Amino acid sequence: MKSTTTNSRRDFLKMSAITGGGLVLGFNWFSAEASAPVVFSSVAAGDIGFNSYLSIATDGTITIMSPNPELGQNIITSFPMVVAEELEADWKKVKVLQANLDNKFDRQLTGGSGAVPHSWKLLRNAGATAKFMLIEAAAKKWAVPASECTAANSFVIHSRTGKKLGYGELAEAASKIPVPATVKLKDRKDFKLIGKSVRNVENHKIVTGQPLFGLDFYREGMVFAMIQRPEQFGMKLKSFDGSIAKSMPGIIDVVSFKNNVAVVGKSTWQVLKARKMVKIEYEKEFALESTEDHDKLFLNLMDNGQATVRRKDGDVDAAFKNAAKVVKGEYQCPFISHSPMEPMNFFAHVRPDGVELVGPTQTPGRARTEVSKLLNIPEDKITLQLTRLGGGFGRRLYNDFTVEAAELSSIIKAPVKLIWTKEDDMTAGTYRPAVRYRFEAALDASGNLTGYKLRGVGINSGNPTRENNFPSGAVENLLIDSVEHKSPITTGAWRAPITNFLAFAEQAFIDEVAQAAGKDPVQFRLDLLAKAKKSPVGDIRYDISRMEGVIKMAAEKSGWGKKKDVSQGFSVYFSHASYVAQVADVVMRAGLPVVKKIYAVSDCGQVVSLNGASHQVMGGIVDGLGHAMYSKLSFRDGAADQNNYNTYRLIRMKEVPEIETHFVDNGIDPTGLGEPALPPTGGAVANAIFKATGKRVRNQPFIEEDVFKTIS
Amino acid sequence: MAIYKLQVNGKTLQADVEADTPLLWVLRDHLGLVGTKYGCGIAQCGSCTVHVNGSATRSCVYPVSAVGTSQVITIEGLSEKGDHPLQKAWDEIDVAQCGYCQAGQIMTAAALLKQNPKPSMDEIEVTMNGNICRCGAYHRIREAVKLASTKI
Repeated sequence: MKSTTTNSRRDFLKMSAITGGGLVLGFNWFSAEASAPVVFSSVAAGDIGFNSYLSIATDGTITIMSPNPELGQNIITSFPMVVAEELEADWKKVKVLQANLDNKFDRQLTGGSGAVPHSWKLLRNAGATAKFMLIEAAAKKWAVPASECTAANSFVIHSRTGKKLGYGELAEAASKIPVPATVKLKDRKDFKLIGKSVRNVENHKIVTGQPLFGLDFYREGMVFAMIQRPEQFGMKLKSFDGSIAKSMPGIIDVVSFKNNVAVVGKSTWQVLKARKMVKIEYEKEFALESTEDHDKLFLNLMDNGQATVRRKDGDVDAAFKNAAKVVKGEYQCPFISHSPMEPMNFFAHVRPDGVELVGPTQTPGRARTEVSKLLNIPEDKITLQLTRLGGGFGRRLYNDFTVEAAELSSIIKAPVKLIWTKEDDMTAGTYRPAVRYRFEAALDASGNLTGYKLRGVGINSGNPTRENNFPSGAVENLLIDSVEHKSPITTGAWRAPITNFLAFAEQAFIDEVAQAAGKDPVQFRLDLLAKAKKSPVGDIRYDISRMEGVIKMAAEKSGWGKKKDVSQGFSVYFSHASYVAQVADVVMRAGLPVVKKIYAVSDCGQVVSLNGASHQVMGGIVDGLGHAMYSKLSFRDGAADQNNYNTYRLIRMKEVPEIETHFVDNGIDPTGLGEPALPPTGGAVANAIFKATGKRVRNQPFIEEDVFKTIS
Repeated sequence: MAIYKLQVNGKTLQADVEADTPLLWVLRDHLGLVGTKYGCGIAQCGSCTVHVNGSATRSCVYPVSAVGTSQVITIEGLSEKGDHPLQKAWDEIDVAQCGYCQAGQIMTAAALLKQNPKPSMDEIEVTMNGNICRCGAYHRIREAVKLASTKI
């Protein structure tokens, strides 16, 4: 390939004729800093070596590559929709392909609900620029002004004469049109795809069981491997005896590296059986912690820990000294496992001339970097083929399994597929950290919130506060700080990191304060926001109007304050640049609270695919509810008590309430959606349970709280 | 090790495996049928569900030696063109998020509809409650089973 300077536009097109007809309008999807357009000297159709392109074949088939890992957030459908919208492509003629790891892409990862917000304008520009060139090509052919031509449904149409040419027929000529410096994007009122319900492009493959996932990847001659890791956090490998395992059928080798003992064999089952026969001795490296220790530690550090101040406004001591009423509440959550349905796995083949990696990761670029560092092999000698991910929830942000596979392949000098069992996945980290929060509020005689304190104590949690979130900015005197305990138990980001629990605690506490102030919980929140708007205190990082918007709409849609037959709880949260308010309807059945329905109003800006978006919201709510209600990992001497779905409880079909989703239609560019619907759920449910029972659930999982225990 | 001749999706296939090898791993590692998924390995999640003589069976705990001459149907053999009413309903309702559990969900539902072509919502829930969807697509799974039941 060579660079051209025919156009100064920095962030766009690369193009070329495909050998044997058809045309590639390649483009750099993401990088605003990319260099001038590049012409590929020859591109074979479907050649994934050039995967940052949209191509138009002579038969009119439009191929759009989707670079980000797909784990159920539906990016493989929504990204191409945005390109196709501006391209005026006939969606039925669009073929979508998952791209492999490629430096041409910027931010080729799945995490932080950031893909659509990050790429929105670039994707639109990509489609619009190609459309411009197709129109120019047609106009040239017809010798008419381009202004008389329009594009629709993969055709360019000359409005005056009604002449039309398909994109396939125009592709080659279009490739010779100079790339425009700027293009006009569509008015959102003219959107035909964006905001509509478009089905997942991989549905057919999913429902017919075609190989899509990492675990489905097989390569002739590859071997299978499982690793025995220490069962207790704090232990390290001392010695092992793999002789019995090695003599078992199908077993090729038993090797160790770091704290791992790996069993390599010809089939998954043989390896799984042989692994049980490896005798391993461990020795203590760090303290072996138990949940009992953590409970004591939380209480001790809450009062005596060395706290790091995260935000301080006004004079908190004075506010509490002068308070007419002080409200206190403490909330605690356990570790939880991500536990995606597809256990961790990766294929690696370390050869003398390079490394081939295949599998499911949320961060392919980081995986490559880690493997490069470990094996001292340059990154450009490492390829990574992305498979569909059978869920992630943050677990696949970490590439321990990729690195293990690569290290093992380099030791045994063979292509290897490393498989974790569900037990491996649940007992070896990387968990949502356990955290305890203490909230304190000072109210004056009129019930105004004059002081607010939050201390978060977490185990490997970093900063477990979101110090600039609501109600910061609405309270004159505020102190938010945190204490961290370092533990050998490994933790990491879990869908809606930190806020997956903090939001519940905070929204439940806000209700406690509203109750103490004698105010309606919705009105109390709106009053605080009005105050923040009128006289903001310090830095405000959330959009007050957008938050007010979802609160009001959720109150309206749920019939807040008007229902007699259900107890309602309210919650609202800002995360990943989006705003979600929820109302939970709870009824009592046989003395126990039952969640009947959850209303969700989301402001995530422009919705891309409506059914995809509502699916994310519903999934987020089910995830938030399920983990708030049922899930926990406890520890004894550094080992997890729960290791599979028989002891670690996930929500099931009969436990999900009805869910009603609404979106604010405000035309703002998209903000995140994969995570923001999860945080508010626990709070809405907890507040409804309080209304129904007079009892406040303060600890997760709720199911272990007194209110869920029937009197025997 | 022994050679097992299995009736899978209407064909006779054979694998040289140990007697205790779960049908799941025979299908995946030896017969190249990877549509049947490994989830938990202890019959708790339903991702590995196949039909053995028409009954929904957790293949992760079903030893190959127990299969005998039974007819095994996997997601790949549920229909010839991927057009079983459940597969069509799954597309129409746009059920999948990550999609990993869906083959097992569909096979569980297919066995239900075979026995009870017009199940009530409650009957659907009772049956499908045994299958975990970590993405939480339960509403659409339920709706799709219901929709398919109207087309059978």
